Amino acid sequence: MSVFKDAGHLFRFAGLFVLAFLIFLVVRHYVVPKSFGQYGHYRGAAMGEIAAHPVKFSGHDACEACHSDVAEKKNAGKHAHVNCEACHGALARRLPAPAEPAPDMLQKLVALAIPRPVADPPVVRHADDPSSVVPERPDTAVLCARCHAASAAKPKGFPQVVIAEHSNGLPCETCHQPHSPAIDAGGAK
Amino acid sequence: MKFNRRQMLILLPAAAVAWKSVLAGTPEDSPNYRMSDHWWGMLIDVTKCIGCGNCVRACATENDVPDGHFRTWVERYHVTDEDMTEPQVISPNGGKDGFPMAQEDDKKYFFVPKMCNQCADSPCTQVCPVGATFVAPDGVVLVDQKYCLGCAYCVQACPYGCRYIHPQKDVADKCTLCYHRITQGLTTACCETCPTGARQLVDLKNPKDPIHEFLKTHNVQVLKPQMATGAKAFYNGLDGSVR
Amino acid sequence: MNGVEGFMYPNEVGLQWSVLIVLYPFITGLVAGAFILASLERVFRVEAVKPTYRLALLTALSFLLVAPLPLQLHLGHPERSPEMYFTPHSTSAMAMFGYVYLWYLMAVLVLEIWLDYRRDIVMLYQSSKGLLRLVYGIMTLGSTNISERALAIDDKVGWIVTLIGIPSAFMLHGYVGFIFGSIKANPWWSSPLMPVVFIFSAMVSGIAGVMLLYMAATRLRGQKIDVHCVDTIAMYLFYIFIIDFSLEMLDLIHRIYEADESFRSLNFLVHTQLYIPHIVIQICLGTLTPIILLGITQVVKLNEIVRKRMYVVAGCLTLVGIFAMRWNVVIGGQLFSKSFLGYTTYKMTLVTREGLLVAVFLTLLPLVFLWVFVKLLPPWPEKAAEAAAAGD
Repeated sequence: MSVFKDAGHLFRFAGLFVLAFLIFLVVRHYVVPKSFGQYGHYRGAAMGEIAAHPVKFSGHDACEACHSDVAEKKNAGKHAHVNCEACHGALARRLPAPAEPAPDMLQKLVALAIPRPVADPPVVRHADDPSSVVPERPDTAVLCARCHAASAAKPKGFPQVVIAEHSNGLPCETCHQPHSPAIDAGGAK
Repeated sequence: MKFNRRQMLILLPAAAVAWKSVLAGTPEDSPNYRMSDHWWGMLIDVTKCIGCGNCVRACATENDVPDGHFRTWVERYHVTDEDMTEPQVISPNGGKDGFPMAQEDDKKYFFVPKMCNQCADSPCTQVCPVGATFVAPDGVVLVDQKYCLGCAYCVQACPYGCRYIHPQKDVADKCTLCYHRITQGLTTACCETCPTGARQLVDLKNPKDPIHEFLKTHNVQVLKPQMATGAKAFYNGLDGSVR
Repeated sequence: MNGVEGFMYPNEVGLQWSVLIVLYPFITGLVAGAFILASLERVFRVEAVKPTYRLALLTALSFLLVAPLPLQLHLGHPERSPEMYFTPHSTSAMAMFGYVYLWYLMAVLVLEIWLDYRRDIVMLYQSSKGLLRLVYGIMTLGSTNISERALAIDDKVGWIVTLIGIPSAFMLHGYVGFIFGSIKANPWWSSPLMPVVFIFSAMVSGIAGVMLLYMAATRLRGQKIDVHCVDTIAMYLFYIFIIDFSLEMLDLIHRIYEADESFRSLNFLVHTQLYIPHIVIQICLGTLTPIILLGITQVVKLNEIVRKRMYVVAGCLTLVGIFAMRWNVVIGGQLFSKSFLGYTTYKMTLVTREGLLVAVFLTLLPLVFLWVFVKLLPPWPEKAAEAAAAGD
């Protein structure tokens, strides 16, 4: 038995390993999120969290539910495939982030080691309260030019004009009604 | 269904994985959405893109994308017929503010919208050390921002430059294919606001999706096919000079 | 934006991995190299390098303790790093880090040092007082058995541990190479040679590092440097360096000859931004010069003083060269666009979390650790004899 006795210190070392491993297993049991491994090697609950992100572009169906008159007009014209929010912008938006006091030295040091999670401010929606978010009435000089200003890089079949030569400085909506831009379609005001 | 060899090469990684290897999903939080019923992708028609930048702006608004980083962006190519391996490419502020006017010359111009390719064999999820990024059962590559270490290994591994480290959250961030929208039956913010229909959200598991007919009748390519990432962003009319 | 030339994908402009990630492979390289040197004596019975055996082990331990710090500091969420242990992702090269590191630290280095020092620890425990006695007491794990049989068992087990340690050291550093070499998106990194080059450059840097530390420490202690020992180390350094250089050149020539789609871009980089760090510092100054210097000492009969000086110069240049190699891999691999159409620049910051000051601090920290270890567990043979005498 003396071999066993003379190797006793090695068993102590091994014992430490086993102990550390057991502690690891216990900690692991408590620390790993419950939904981890539900679908694969990741937290199954993550998908639900990502899907909970607030929608800002409500989609044209939401607009058309109330503004069917505009939709009808638009869908009969050349801009039938241009959705409302492509020009008017998102019908929901985030409130501005609340101002935070400047961090002091200690907070800065702590933040270096443990970054704080950044919470996003809440979202308000036009559909819930039409006055909370008012859709843009875009400046046609900017808006129309964005798509229709002539450029050699645009597909050849796409209607485009050299802005400076096209309208003598008149605003686009003088002749073209954006919801139904073709002049012969009665677009002029 | 008949495919030529080229189409097969494009379709094999994505579609094959779509039909065969997706496990039966479980109904999850969102009431009418079953992950196992979908296999999402994107169709990008280069021939329709006018470089207006609507998609870039809409994406930034919809997803609170920090300035200077992009979940989607638009590039403008300018290619000579002599050397198509050295195109001149610009993407000022990701195309968010549009592009400068291009003068007609003897070279070829076109726009290429870029975004996460939602790869089925994604190199970015492969390298994540902790399982903080993954291909969801419906084919969308997502980041679990509560689990991500911020090691940036996935950013290095993406061949397309689609990932970045969020400057405030210090975690990896990328296109979620507007996961919060598509699980509610909406389309993505970029598709919603694209005025020319250059982008189309596609569901490869939906037999009625027009993508099947489209892929059958068009010459479609994915970006960097040599990377074998199983990309599911299908490009119609893609020029060989595009990287 | 900051120094972009040509076209970068817009998310690529800022570098993801900073100087700290340069430091990490440099430090683990020193660990692996120092351990290989120690195993020369233990496993391959190269008696001449015996004076450096314990010093090499302590050096390896000091650097290994610092190795994860640059990684931690670089993480966006360092507090989440235990996830690597709890849910390691089997397909990720990086996920292995935690386990390889712990295995190497505890099952190889600490165990080997403990076994080798056990006799000294017990004697120091018996001869010291106060707090120091407590420290040594903990190190004995409550066993003061240093009978001849016990020590014989220690020696045998220690030999086995070293034997396991060699592949472990290869794994520790080879896998660092694999982290880079397995990224197919990055042609500057993606190469099956990467892990092999990393292992050989690790051996080179570790051997050079221990050689310099041995010479400096002996000098500081006012002792005579064992020239035969240094000669032997220099010889090994020379031969391993030649293998390392051949591998790196093979990689370079292969790239030039194949000239694939990335070549134009990488070639431009090597001729511009990377010219100084790659061609001048890494290849000419940090590789060719030390190889020539060491080669001269192998071929020409020189007197002791000249030889020692040449070793010191060669050793220092080697460390500079290997650091430059890490720099060129990590930073160089992020300077070009994955579209191969443009380049960005890296500007090191000074006092940020990933800045120059932190990097300098982390480089010096292992030396502080080493100093503490040397005080606690003197690696010098004559000190060991003294301790033995005091204990008897």
